[in-house]
Amino acid sequence: MEALFLLIAISLVVALAFLAGFLWAVKSKQFDDDYTPSVRMLFDDETKNEPGK
Amino acid sequence: MKIEKFYYDNQIVKMFAYATLLWGLVGMLVGLYAALQLVYPSLSGGIPYTTFGRIRPLHTNAVIFAFVGNGIFTGVYYSLQRLLKTRMWSDMLSKINFWGWQLIIVAAAITLPLGFTTSKEYAELEWPIDIAIAIVWVVFGLNMMMTIVKRRERHLYVAIWFYIATFVTVAVLHIVNSFELPISFMKSYSWYAGVQDALVQWWYGHNAVAFFLTTPYLGLMYYFIPKAANRPIYSYRLSIIHFWALIFLYIWAGPHHLLYTSLPDWAQSLGTVFSLMLIAPSWGGMLNGLLTLRGAWDKVREEPMLKFMVVAVTAYGMSTFEGPMLSIKSINAISHYTDWTIAHVHIGGLGWNGFLTFGMMYWLIPKIFRTKLYSLKLANVHFWLGTLGIVFYALPLYWAAFTQWAMWQEFSRDGFLVYPNFLETVTQILPMYLLRAVGGLLYLSGAIVMIYNLRQTVKSGNFLKDEAAEAAGLEPAYVYHGKEHWHRPLERRPVQLMVISLVVILIGGIVEMVPTFLVKSNIPTIASVKPYTPLELHGRDVYISEGCNNCHSQMVRPFRHETERYGEYSKSGEFVYDHPFLWGSKRTGPDLHRVGGKYPDSWHYNHMIEPERMAPGSIMPVYAWMAKTEIDTTTTAAKINAMRTLGVPYEDGYELVANVDVVAQQQTIVNSLNKDGIKNVAPNTEMIALIAYLQRLGTDIKLQNQTAEK
Repeated sequence: MEALFLLIAISLVVALAFLAGFLWAVKSKQFDDDYTPSVRMLFDDETKNEPGK
Repeated sequence: MKIEKFYYDNQIVKMFAYATLLWGLVGMLVGLYAALQLVYPSLSGGIPYTTFGRIRPLHTNAVIFAFVGNGIFTGVYYSLQRLLKTRMWSDMLSKINFWGWQLIIVAAAITLPLGFTTSKEYAELEWPIDIAIAIVWVVFGLNMMMTIVKRRERHLYVAIWFYIATFVTVAVLHIVNSFELPISFMKSYSWYAGVQDALVQWWYGHNAVAFFLTTPYLGLMYYFIPKAANRPIYSYRLSIIHFWALIFLYIWAGPHHLLYTSLPDWAQSLGTVFSLMLIAPSWGGMLNGLLTLRGAWDKVREEPMLKFMVVAVTAYGMSTFEGPMLSIKSINAISHYTDWTIAHVHIGGLGWNGFLTFGMMYWLIPKIFRTKLYSLKLANVHFWLGTLGIVFYALPLYWAAFTQWAMWQEFSRDGFLVYPNFLETVTQILPMYLLRAVGGLLYLSGAIVMIYNLRQTVKSGNFLKDEAAEAAGLEPAYVYHGKEHWHRPLERRPVQLMVISLVVILIGGIVEMVPTFLVKSNIPTIASVKPYTPLELHGRDVYISEGCNNCHSQMVRPFRHETERYGEYSKSGEFVYDHPFLWGSKRTGPDLHRVGGKYPDSWHYNHMIEPERMAPGSIMPVYAWMAKTEIDTTTTAAKINAMRTLGVPYEDGYELVANVDVVAQQQTIVNSLNKDGIKNVAPNTEMIALIAYLQRLGTDIKLQNQTAEK
C-alpha cells in the first residue's frame, strides 16, 4: 500500500504549504482587520473612460 | 502615494463568459442524450462513437472542465482584477489560457467518442492532453500569481485565497494522478496498479470535486453574492475560518469513495472521519453566504440573479450535508453503485455550480455591456425551469436508488435471492430514468432561455473592452534597515513563497515516488494470480476503450447478497496487475469481477452482437461491430514491455513471441464458438479479445465449479 503513504506524504506537504501560507497571512496582518475588507470590495470607483477606449 | 490610472481587461472576461455558455449548452445536451440512452438504448445508433460508455465521459468532462472550468475563469478574471485594483499581469497569458483551454476541450470532444480514454473518472483524457492541461493550468496560475504581485491593494480578499488554493491543489492532483506510461500516441497505462490506482484515482476524484467544483466557486460566492446584494458578507471572520478549515480537511476525504472495497479498513476509516468533519466548514460557508442576505430578502424577491444564488448556496448546503452522510459505511452500502451517487452529484452540479454560474452571468454580462438585463421575466422563467429541473432530476434517482438497492439485497425465506436476475432490478427503475431525463430537459430549456436573454442584453448593450479605474500604488510594506537574515525578504513575498513551496512539494513528491516505482518487492502477490495473457491484455484495452467501467463494476463487496449474486468477494491481491484499475463506481449493469467462466463463449458473443438476444429488456448498447473490428497485434510487444516496466512479471523476451500465444488463444475461442454453432468468426477481432478478457476475470482465485451451475 505504498501509494497510500505516497498520498499521505503529498497531502501533508500540501497541507504544510497551506500552513506556511496561513502563517504568512497572520504575520503580515492579513487578518487583523476582519471587517473593512468585506465592505471595501463593494466599492468599485466609477472612473470615466476616455473616448475611444 | 500617487494615484495611478489603469484599465481592467473585460475582453477576456467576455470571451470566457461566452465559452461558459456555449460549453454549458453542449455539456447539458450530451447529458440529456446519455440519460435518454438509458431508457432507449437504440438511440446510440449501433455505432461505436455514440455508445453510453463513450458519451458519459464526454458529458462529465464537458460539464466539469468546459462549463464549470470556463465559469471559474470568467469569475476569477473579472473579480481578481477588481479586488486587487490592477489589470491582469499579462494579456498574452490570459489569451493563451483562453485558447489553450478551448483547444483542450475540443481535443476531449474528439478523442473521447473515438475511444481514447484512460478509464479513470474525470481524468479520462490521454497523456498528450494531460500535458496540455498541466501547461495551460500553470499559465493560468502564473498569470494570477503575478497579478497578485502587482496588486495595488495589500489585503487579499478571502475570494483570492480560495483561488490560490484551487490553483495549487489542482496542479498537484492532476500531476500525481496522471502518472502514466505511454505506449503510443493516445494510449498509456497508469503507473499505479489495482488498489493503489484506485486510491490515487479517488484521492484525485474527490479533490476534483473539492478543488475544482467547490473552492473556486466558493471564491466566486464570496465575491458575487455581496456584489449582487450590495452588502458585505455576513461575517468576514467566518469566511477566513471557513477557508482554512475547508482546505485542511478536504484533501483527506478521498477514500470514502472506496468503502467496502479491497482498500485497507484503516484507510477507509480515515476517509470517513475527515468526511464527517467537513460538514462544519461547509455549513459555516453556506450559512455565511445565506446570512449575507439577511434583511435583504426583498431584494431576493426582485432580483432573479439573487434567487439563483440563494438556491445555489442552499444546494451547496444540501450536498455538503449529504456527502458526509454518504461517507458513513452503512449508508454508503446503499448509495455506492446505485443512482443515489448520481443524484447527489447533480444536486451539487446543477444546483451549486450551475445556478451560481447562471447568477453570475445575469449580473456580469449587463455590467460589462453597460446595460440592464433584457428581461427579468425571462430570468424568472429560467429560474423556475431550472429549479423544477433539479427536483425532477434528483427525486426519481433517489427513488430508483432505494428501489434497486432493496431489490438487490432481498432474500426469500428459503435463503435465496428474490431477484437473482440483475436485469429485473434495472427494468424496474426505467420509468424513473425517463423522469430524470425530463428533469434534465427542463434544466436545459432554462439554460436556453438564459442564452436568449443574455443575447438580447448583449445586443442592446455597449461593450466596454477596457474599463478605466484609479487607485494608489502599493507602498512597500517594509523599509530596508540594513543587514538581515536571507529568509526575511522571502517572508514579505507571499507569491514567491507559494511558488517555492510548490517546488518543494514537487521535489518531495518525486523523492517519495521514485523508490516506490523502482522497488518491485512492493507489490504484494497471491501465488495463483498471474499476469494477463497478451490477448486478454488486448481485450482489457477494448474494455477500457469502450468505457465498460462506466456501467459495470469489478468489485464484489463482502455482503451476503453480493457473494450470493456474484461469487467470492474481491481481494486486493487480485488486482496487482491491473494498470489501470477498473473497479467502476456505478452498476447500471451487473458486477463483472466473477464473470469469468460463468457463461460459455458463445453467450458473450451473442450478447455483444445483440444484448437482448441473451437478456430480453437489456439496456446495454449493441456492440456488433466488435466482431469485425480488428485488433492491432503490432502493439502487443509495446504493451508487454510497458507492463513489464510497471512491474508485471512477464519473462524477458516474451514480447517477441507473445503474438504466437495471441493466435493460439484466439483459435481456442473461435473453436469453442464453432462448436456452439457460430461459424465464420474472424479470430483477430475485438470481439474475441474481449471474450478472452471477460472469461479470465476473477478466475485466478476462483474455486472450481463454484458458480458454474448457476
